[in-house]
Amino acid sequence: MSAGASISRLVVPRRGQSVWLIVLSAGAMAFLAVFALALAVSAAQLAQTWSAALSQTATVRLSAPPEEIDEQTAIVLEVLRTTPGIASAEQIAPEEQAELLEAWLGPDLPLDALPLPRLIEVTETPEGPDRQGLRLRLSAEAPGAVFDDHTRWRRPLAEAAGRLRAVALVSLVLIGGVTSAIIALAASAALASNGQVIRVLRLVGARDRFIARAFVRQISLRAGLGALVGTALALGALAAIPQAGGDVHLLSGFGFSGAGWALPALIPPLAMILAWLASMTTAFQVLRGVT
Amino acid sequence: MIAFEDVSHDYGGGRLFGDVSIKLEQGSFHFLTGPSGAGKSTFLKLCYGELTPSAGKVLVMNKDLQGLSRNDLAGMRQRIGVVHQDCQFLDHLSVEQNVALPLSATGRSVPDSDVADLLSWVGLASHAEALPPTLSGGERQRAALARAVISAPNMLLADEPTGNLDWDMSQRLMSLMIELNRMGTAILIATHDLQLIRFAKSQINARVLRIARRKLQVAGADL
Repeated sequence: MSAGASISRLVVPRRGQSVWLIVLSAGAMAFLAVFALALAVSAAQLAQTWSAALSQTATVRLSAPPEEIDEQTAIVLEVLRTTPGIASAEQIAPEEQAELLEAWLGPDLPLDALPLPRLIEVTETPEGPDRQGLRLRLSAEAPGAVFDDHTRWRRPLAEAAGRLRAVALVSLVLIGGVTSAIIALAASAALASNGQVIRVLRLVGARDRFIARAFVRQISLRAGLGALVGTALALGALAAIPQAGGDVHLLSGFGFSGAGWALPALIPPLAMILAWLASMTTAFQVLRGVT
Repeated sequence: MIAFEDVSHDYGGGRLFGDVSIKLEQGSFHFLTGPSGAGKSTFLKLCYGELTPSAGKVLVMNKDLQGLSRNDLAGMRQRIGVVHQDCQFLDHLSVEQNVALPLSATGRSVPDSDVADLLSWVGLASHAEALPPTLSGGERQRAALARAVISAPNMLLADEPTGNLDWDMSQRLMSLMIELNRMGTAILIATHDLQLIRFAKSQINARVLRIARRKLQVAGADL
C-alpha cells in the first residue's frame, strides 16, 4: 500500500466497543424506524380508505305508517332522482336488510314483526348534492325520511387515523433524536479512547477538520451499515406479517404497498447523515478541549 | 525563527527559566543540555506550543503562539519537525505510513521514493511494512526522526533523539541533521550526550544551551 494512500480512512483504528455500539444502536433504531414509518404510511392509507369508502355514499332512512310507506318511498326515490349531484338511489331489499340485521339480532328474530324503517342507498356524483337543500325537500315531501351522509362516522375515523399517523411521525422524530444522542456518545467515547491518535496527528500538524473527519467518516459508515442491516431485518419482519383476510381486520393493510416499499430505503442514508452531523459536532467539541 | 521574550514557566516544583529571552535564528544549530528533570523537554514543548508559558511570550516565525487559533497552531506545526523522547506513533499503521503522516495528514503529496529514501537513511528500509509496536527503542527513535524530517521543516526539535542508539547510528542520524541544517533548517536538540555534541561541533557551528538551577544559560552564563 502506498504510504500516503487515503490516510484519512486509516488513521483511526477499527476497533473498540464504540464500533459495535454504533452498529447495534443504528441497526436497532433503523428497525424501529421502519415500523414507525410503516405505521405512518398505513394510517394515512387507512384514513384514505375509510374516507373513500364512506364518501360519495349516503343513506335515506324512511319511517312511516305501513299504509303510507310505499307511497313515501316512491316520493323519496323521485326526489332523489331529480336532485342534482345524486348518481343513483336504490331501495335496499327487505331480504338484504334482514341479512344486515341478522349479524346483530340473530337469525331467529321475526324481523317481519318489527317496524323496520326502509333504507335507500344513495350514490353521489363527485360534486355531490346540496345536502341542506335535499334535507329540506325530503322533510317537506316525506316527513319520515332522514338523509344520513355518514359524516358522523367518517369524521372520528379520519381523526383517529390522523392521530395514529401523528404518533408514528413523533416516534420517527424520537428515534432520530435518540440515534443522534447515542452516536454523539459513541463518538465522544471513540475520541476519548484514541487520545494517542489525536496527540500524534496534532504533533504532525493535522488540523481539527482532518482529525474530526477521520473519526466522523468511520462512525457514519458504521451507522449506515447498522441501519442497512436493521432496515433489511425490519422489512423481512414486515413481509412476514400475515395479511389477514376474512373477519380479521386489525392488521390487514399494515405495512407498505407498491412503491411504498421504497420508502424504507431512505433510512440508511438518513442514518448516515444523522450520524455525520452528530459525530462531527461532538468531534469538534471534544477536540476544542484537547490541547 | 523562535524567540522567547521574558518567558517563565511555573510547574509543581517552582518556576523555570526566570524570564528568559533568547532567539533561535533560521539556520541555527543548538544543543540543549542539563541534568534529568532540569526542564529540557518543557523548553522544547514551549517551542512548538504544546505548553504555554506562565509569563512572557514565545514567538515562532514572528507569531505569538498564545494568540494562535488551533488551526494556525496546526499550520505552524507543519513547519516544525518534532522528535519526542517517548516517540508516539499510530500503532495500527505501518512504519512507512507513520513516516509519511506529516504529509498525508496535511493534504500534501507523498512521494513514495522520498519515504523509501528516508527509511533507508535511518536504516529502517526493511521495516517499512512493520508496525511500530514491533520496533525496538532505537528503531522507534529513528522512525520518529524520519517522520520529523519528511516534510523538510523550517525547524527540527529533537528530545534525546539518539538516546537508545549505538554510536554508529547516532553519528549517522547526526549527519542527517547536520545536512538538514546546511539546507537551512534550524535545529534544536536536547541531549546528555557530550560525545555527540563534540561530533557535531567538529562539523558545524553549533551553540550549546544549558539549563542549570532552573535558568537557561549559554556558554556558562545565565541568559
